[in-house]
Order: sequence, then structure tokens, then C-alpha cells
Amino acid sequence: MKLAQVMEVLNAKVYTDVPFEDIEINAACGADLMSDALAFGENKGLLLTGLNNPQSVRTAEMMDIRCVIIVRGKEPDEALVKLANEKEIVIMKTDYSMYTSCGLLYAAGLRGGDE
Amino acid sequence: MHNSEGLKLENKNDNSGVEVLKQRYEVSADDFASAGAASAAVKKTLKQLGFSPDFIRRTSIAMYEGEINMVIHGGGGVAEVGISENQVTITLTDEGPGIADINLAMKEGFSTASDTVREMGFGAGMGLPNIKKQSDNLSLISEVGKGTTLVITIAT
Ligand SMILES: Nc1ncnc2c1ncn2[C@@H]1O[C@H](COP(=O)(O)OP(=O)(O)OP(=O)(O)O)[C@@H](O)[C@H]1O
Ligand SMILES: [Mg+2]
Repeated sequence: MKLAQVMEVLNAKVYTDVPFEDIEINAACGADLMSDALAFGENKGLLLTGLNNPQSVRTAEMMDIRCVIIVRGKEPDEALVKLANEKEIVIMKTDYSMYTSCGLLYAAGLRGGDE
Repeated sequence: MHNSEGLKLENKNDNSGVEVLKQRYEVSADDFASAGAASAAVKKTLKQLGFSPDFIRRTSIAMYEGEINMVIHGGGGVAEVGISENQVTITLTDEGPGIADINLAMKEGFSTASDTVREMGFGAGMGLPNIKKQSDNLSLISEVGKGTTLVITIAT
């Protein structure tokens, strides 16, 4: 799924200057604790999280994750967005909860890659 | 933070003839937002040296988990990295509270992290097990009241 469609499905807002529309995502993961993402997020292009601090971007950087979506409508932290721009990682925000966000993306065809 | 000047593997000879690039980073516990900067710098170096994406990812994940542990549990410390053609060795040393039961600390899900740490996104008890999974050799030496030394080796 392209990030342009991810944005549409989640009615998300983009916060970074990184070109994103055509980035292709094959699987996603959701975690509020970064070590869970670091342990189970292998080969996922997308991280959904409620963690609104720069460590979500650091985690994405280490795992080669292309996009971090902050769920539950939190306004992304300024330092987080700044680091993401430097690392060319896309930051979006959605008002949906973690559960709903994951469900909507799954229903639209984006899987977790662990089935 | 100290970085190495050149990006070529140099012969820092110990008679073995193995070419090693050495880096040293001071990791502070005072600034949580910048935690992971040392791992990010090492990742960048490995990319510039042309290592494979899989090797770089394993090294980055293992070092980042170790670096975060030094910040949240160890009161900060020093990261020393030795890069050679076929392996990376990461030595993380802190003078924090140490680990009372290392076997327990290595178990998936075991964590002494506070609620505050959990709100900052850590404390799943998955860090050390994941470092073990990503690495080829792991040595964890710790003494309560003295500190902790973690040596991670990852082969290409
Ligand atoms: N450098 C250290 N100094 C003191 N204690 C440590 C250190 N590293 C790890 N520990 C202890 O070992 C436990 C397990 O570490 P581990 O990295 O597996 O989990 P965590 O850091 O608690 O959570 P997570 O890594 O999932 O965010 C920690 O909760 C802590 O008690
Ligand atoms: Mg940890």
C-alpha cells in the first residue's frame, strides 16, 4: 500500500517535508513500547504508536521503517518532527485510536506480515 | 561525542594484521531526547563503509537497545565500537547500579523499569533478549553497586 493511501484511510495529517505519496509499504506494526517494535517490527515499513517523543523516530531509523503514525490525535512533538525530517522518515498523525487505526489499515489490505 | 575522522578501515595494529576502525561515544543519561545518537552515528558509518543492510540493521538494533539501557538503567556510560571487515564489537560500560540476577534480566518480559520509563516508551523487558537474538556473541558482566559491561559481537 502506498503512503498516500495510508494517509487517506486514516484521515491522517502529514508533518514532515519528506516526499511520501509513492513510498510503498508491505507490512505494518503497532506498539507503544519501542522494544516491542524493535523485537517484532522486522521488515515492516510502518510503525503505529502512541509514543510521542523522538525515540519513536530513533526506533524507525534503526529498523529502516519509513513512516511513523502517531495515533489518538496527539500533536507530534517538535523534536520528533525535526529528527524525522533529518532522517527522511515520514510522520503522520491520526485522530483514530491504535485499535481503530490498525483495523482500518488491515481492512484496506495492509497486513502485519506475521500470519 | 567523539567521532573518527576517516571512514576507511585502518590498520591500528595489534600484530594481527586485522584492520579496525575504532569509535568512542559518551552516552549521557540527562538528555533522553538525544538517546540513541551514538547508535545512529554508528549506523551511518556502517552504511558509508558499504556493509549489508541486514548486518547494519542487526547492529543498529542491538546497539540502540544497549545504549537505551545505559541511559534508563545505568545512569549513562561509554560506548566503544570496533569495526572490522567481518565483524563489529560494541562495548557498553556504565557505573550504574548493576544487575543483581543476570539470568533473570535476560528473560523476555523481565523489567525493573518505572512507570515514568514506560511512558517514555521503554520497559517491555525485551531489550536484552533482542540484543542476544541480533548478535553472534554476548557477554554481560555486572556487579551490584559498581556497574555493568555489555560486549556485543555481530559478524557480517
Ligand atoms: N545497564 C544496566 N544497568 C542496570 N540494570 C540494567 C542494565 N541493563 C539492563 N538492566 C536490567 O535488566 C532488566 C532487563 O533489561 P531489558 O533491556 O531486557 O528490559 P528493559 O530495559 O527493562 O525494557 P525494554 O528493553 O524492553 O525497554 C532491566 O529492567 C534492568 O533491571
Ligand atoms: Mg532495555
